Amino acid sequence: MNAMQTLVALWTLVLKEIKRFTRIWPQTLLPPSITMAMYFIIFGSLIGSRIGEMDGFSYMDFIVPGLIMMSVITNSYSNVASSFFSNKFQRSIEEMMVSPMPNGVILSGFILGGMARGLGVGLIVTLVSLFFTRLTVEHPLLTVLVVVLTSALFSIGGFINALLANKFDDISIVPTFILTPLTYLGGVFYSISMLPDFWQGVSMLNPILYMVNVFRYGFLGVSDIPVGWALAAIFAFIVVLFMVALTMLERGKGIRS
Amino acid sequence: MAEPALSIRGLTKVYGNGFQALKGIDLDVQQGDFFALLGPNGAGKSTTLGVVCSLVQKTAGKVSIFGIDIDKDFAKAKYQLGVVPQEFNFNQFEKVLDIVLAQAGYYGMKRSEALPRAKQLLTDLGLWEKRNGSARMLSGGMKRRLMIARALMHRPKLLILDEPTAGVDIELRRSMWEYMRRINRDEGTTIILTTHYLEEAESLCRNIAIINHGEIVRNTSVRELLAELDTETFLLDLSEPVARVPVIEGFELQQIEPSQLALVIHRGQQLNDVFSALSAQGIQVVSMRNRANRLEEMFVSMVESSQQAIDQREKQEARV
Repeated sequence: MNAMQTLVALWTLVLKEIKRFTRIWPQTLLPPSITMAMYFIIFGSLIGSRIGEMDGFSYMDFIVPGLIMMSVITNSYSNVASSFFSNKFQRSIEEMMVSPMPNGVILSGFILGGMARGLGVGLIVTLVSLFFTRLTVEHPLLTVLVVVLTSALFSIGGFINALLANKFDDISIVPTFILTPLTYLGGVFYSISMLPDFWQGVSMLNPILYMVNVFRYGFLGVSDIPVGWALAAIFAFIVVLFMVALTMLERGKGIRS
Repeated sequence: MAEPALSIRGLTKVYGNGFQALKGIDLDVQQGDFFALLGPNGAGKSTTLGVVCSLVQKTAGKVSIFGIDIDKDFAKAKYQLGVVPQEFNFNQFEKVLDIVLAQAGYYGMKRSEALPRAKQLLTDLGLWEKRNGSARMLSGGMKRRLMIARALMHRPKLLILDEPTAGVDIELRRSMWEYMRRINRDEGTTIILTTHYLEEAESLCRNIAIINHGEIVRNTSVRELLAELDTETFLLDLSEPVARVPVIEGFELQQIEPSQLALVIHRGQQLNDVFSALSAQGIQVVSMRNRANRLEEMFVSMVESSQQAIDQREKQEARV
């Protein structure tokens, strides 16, 4: 394929993915908006007013970046996991496999589709948060960079999950038993400085902590961990997981006999 | 001589569980041919075609499509190839038009080029009116036609049809045959067909390969294969019921119903002799037809003899 044909193929796949999740918007776009609005009302307004300040900010201001990031992570991951697995299940993945589209384009198409949903939901949640607080963004470029990289990283994660999955249960195990606990324990609702030293050390092993903190730094200008180090770690994870996913795809893992 | 549309040499496939689906098959399909690949279930047809269109990874062997080695430039080879699989493999919730346009996009066709092509194909296949409907709302026959339209979007030179008319009613099957004949004749598209309807292979195909237990049992023209038939069975409908089976020397006759006889004709025997003899006995034949499809008889006998050969080989190996 020449460069133009490759671009057409990539755009076709991305557009198809965007059409898919917008077609089923009551399942994909609406629920996170409602869930996050509930978080804002219950944790931000009702309970948050009794908690007081966290790292020098109102509790509502403290949790907004974390909740936006949580939505981006779960939606990027689940979009790719469910879409790719559904393609496997319905065998429509064969449409792509018999075509001359390179595997890198197939992978990138699904990642960009996942990012479109993750970032789209992130934007919706941000707009919803404006009903509850006035957002200030201290470092806009860093904020955008970290949310885009995080979305890409979890989209790749969702792709690998779908490649390995044999049944629909397999694509819900990781989000339920790994992603959700790591997100909740990743400093979305609290600062790790509140934890005893031992648990602070344990928390530092949680990759989501870095993403949430850098994202919060972008909004508020405060972070529990060094920003540069966190960005480098996210970027390294993206490169490694992309290569893993591409290798699995090249070998036909889970899709070729 | 032009490169074959498909050339297979020593193709072997051993699945992870140790099952050897293909045992080093060789096969050539010439450009412009209408070729049938036949075999019982599990013989290796779908595995062979799966390797050709990259859905199955081969264990060993070489596959070339219009002279392009798939190990060297599979992407280039795939441009020549259109695939209509046995089972529906599109997203049932997508619109008909979106499915064919997406397929064109995967081949790098711009929308401005793909849209007129989609309109032409969907119109030819009677699906244009359904273009904005969800694919799951289509009937089984329409879904099969949708897969044909999708496979033809990028104008492939080699079209692989894996049981394209399975579960399709007779009228629709005939119209699909006519369409396939047209693209083979008018556009020069090479077609490889697998089917369980041997009447379909006999009617459409010029050349044929029979595969069984992962080996090519025969590879010849349909005409040559049929010429090898030693016997044919005809059903004779009589004007009146007969009380007993008429006896005609040299011919085998059986009574199927009071007014229907089965006649077995061996090579070299003349039908006229039978009609004369029956007429002499006061029996009038109103109509006549083949009891079974001729190719079917041939196919069954070849598969059976191939099975016997395998059984014998296994017995000999067991003795050693």
